[in-house]
Amino acid sequence: MAADTNVPPGVLKAREALKDVPHEPGAKKKDPILVADKVVRRFGGLTAVQVDHIEIQRGAITALIGPNGAGKTTFFNLLTGFDKPNEGNWTFNGSPLGGVAPHQVARKGMVRTFQLTKALSRLSVIDNMRLGATGQKGESFWRGLVPALWQGQEKEITERADELLVRFKLDAKREDFAGSLSGGQRKLLEMARALMVQPDMVMLDEPMAGVNPALTQSLLGHVKSLREDGMTVLFVEHDMDMVRDISDWVIVMGQGQVIAEGTPDTVMADPRVIDAYLGAHHDGTAHDSAEVAAEVAAEAEGGKSDE
Amino acid sequence: MSWDIIIGVSLESLINATMIAYALAAIGLNVHFGYTGLLNFGQSAFLGIAAYGLAMTVATFGLPFWIGIGVGLLGAVILALLLGIPTLRLRADYLAIVTIAAAEIVRLLFRSVSLSKWTGGSDGLQAFSDGFYSMNPYSGAVEIGTLISFDARELWIMTVGWVLVAISLVFVFLAMRSPWGRVIKAIREDEDAVRSLGKNVVSYKMQSLILGGVLGSLGGYVIALRNAAVQPDTYGTEFTFYMYTIVILGGAARVFGPVIGSMIFWFLLTFINAVLPEAIDAGYIPTWFMDKTDAGAFGYICVGLGLILLLIFRPQGIFGDKKEVMLDGR
Repeated sequence: MAADTNVPPGVLKAREALKDVPHEPGAKKKDPILVADKVVRRFGGLTAVQVDHIEIQRGAITALIGPNGAGKTTFFNLLTGFDKPNEGNWTFNGSPLGGVAPHQVARKGMVRTFQLTKALSRLSVIDNMRLGATGQKGESFWRGLVPALWQGQEKEITERADELLVRFKLDAKREDFAGSLSGGQRKLLEMARALMVQPDMVMLDEPMAGVNPALTQSLLGHVKSLREDGMTVLFVEHDMDMVRDISDWVIVMGQGQVIAEGTPDTVMADPRVIDAYLGAHHDGTAHDSAEVAAEVAAEAEGGKSDE
Repeated sequence: MSWDIIIGVSLESLINATMIAYALAAIGLNVHFGYTGLLNFGQSAFLGIAAYGLAMTVATFGLPFWIGIGVGLLGAVILALLLGIPTLRLRADYLAIVTIAAAEIVRLLFRSVSLSKWTGGSDGLQAFSDGFYSMNPYSGAVEIGTLISFDARELWIMTVGWVLVAISLVFVFLAMRSPWGRVIKAIREDEDAVRSLGKNVVSYKMQSLILGGVLGSLGGYVIALRNAAVQPDTYGTEFTFYMYTIVILGGAARVFGPVIGSMIFWFLLTFINAVLPEAIDAGYIPTWFMDKTDAGAFGYICVGLGLILLLIFRPQGIFGDKKEVMLDGR
């Protein structure tokens, strides 16, 4: 017990659940919240995503990493309904999500944030928060006209929103337009707003992108606290220090496919991952420049024949 | 120069039926453009459908006045559905293109020769407003001071018109301060963010299109009854652009913006159109520069110039908050 006093219970649970999971692409998890099979998305001749099988462990923080153009954000968009795959299916909490509209995905408990933060600029911070609550009676047109029908619920929602604003240290900005917040504060607001939906799973698309380093630690703390609250987190990130710091499990994508899985330390030592990031020829010596030139020429030809 | 007439007609235009019709049209457009961010460039079609719905029901088919009102409202709702279903899933600018085309289609249908049996072609329809004026409680003209006077017909349409404006404003006020209105305004800011929070964006945009179309259609009734006639070319695209001028002038997404905007718009336009011919007559403006036939066109040139200056120096309009408008620049 003494050794574990500093480790929060959520971390222990996640570690325990992932202890015996093999470190290989498409590994089976003990209690997956999200299971995807054969998800393929093509843009013309380019296959952006081709994921055979993937499982996300419930209650853990899973990082989705990979070099630029690996298909991480596209995969995110597919899972949350913002884009439609050419083929494939996936289930969330046991219910199939293929072909489900994005707003229904959110109502089922899977909420996402965006790489380019989407603060609703000309709404106040508190209204941004209130908007996140689901099942609001006043959001139907006719009932909205009669305040008596929704004011009680509005008060509850506002209380919940205020609590979250305090937790995310945005309470001082409560009445300001969201558009007047700094980049980092917008990220915080977007995350807090997503929590208003009371999701089971939070999908964060590059939560650290463009965030002032002074805010990074607090943002990391907030992501960790989601796990302690029993939520599942899947996030896309480029910052490897952050990935190492907060994730229980890492999934690596390269050229649309899942190429490796495992705990942060094993994944970062995996030669396939290093290859994906630095290119298969990173050792360099075996390949002469003629070969590279031939490849470039072949690519250029391929580009022409596409036209 | 007869200043009392110039000032008289200008003051009248602050509250007369024409101003009311434009205010109602702009209240509807404000729901679309100001609150929801829908670029509807076919608002004139909603007014045209309502006006022709009333006129054709009564004048062509001989049915009672109130049925005509019902037909017009139904027509506005159907137009909103027809416009919305194919376009609201697409990017915002597609709606602009489709609505401007739809408004022209509606106008050209009204003036087409093959339909003139029912629509009266380019001459339009008359003799449908008796049912309305038979309810007129006023008899005789009313004069306010020595400058302003309204006859009984104008007074009746003004009374009904102002009641409609008041009801519309209450509607917009209640709707926009509700959680429904919050979703609507959030859609204006970013549709995808609203989707990600579990709201059915397409459904809300459709509701907004219908609400704004129906509010605008009330303006169509006022114009039709005021003139006791409908004519297809009243509902051209320039009509929609005047509405945009009014909405921006008053301040987009402000409850009273369209009414104040319409007042200022018509006061200035009427004033210019009254002053210029008088000034030409009196020799203050030389005829080599402008004669009386040019004066009307010059009024609209001033409107265009005014709109440009407004957008440069006061993009938030009369009621708007400059800070809020500038947030868009990021």
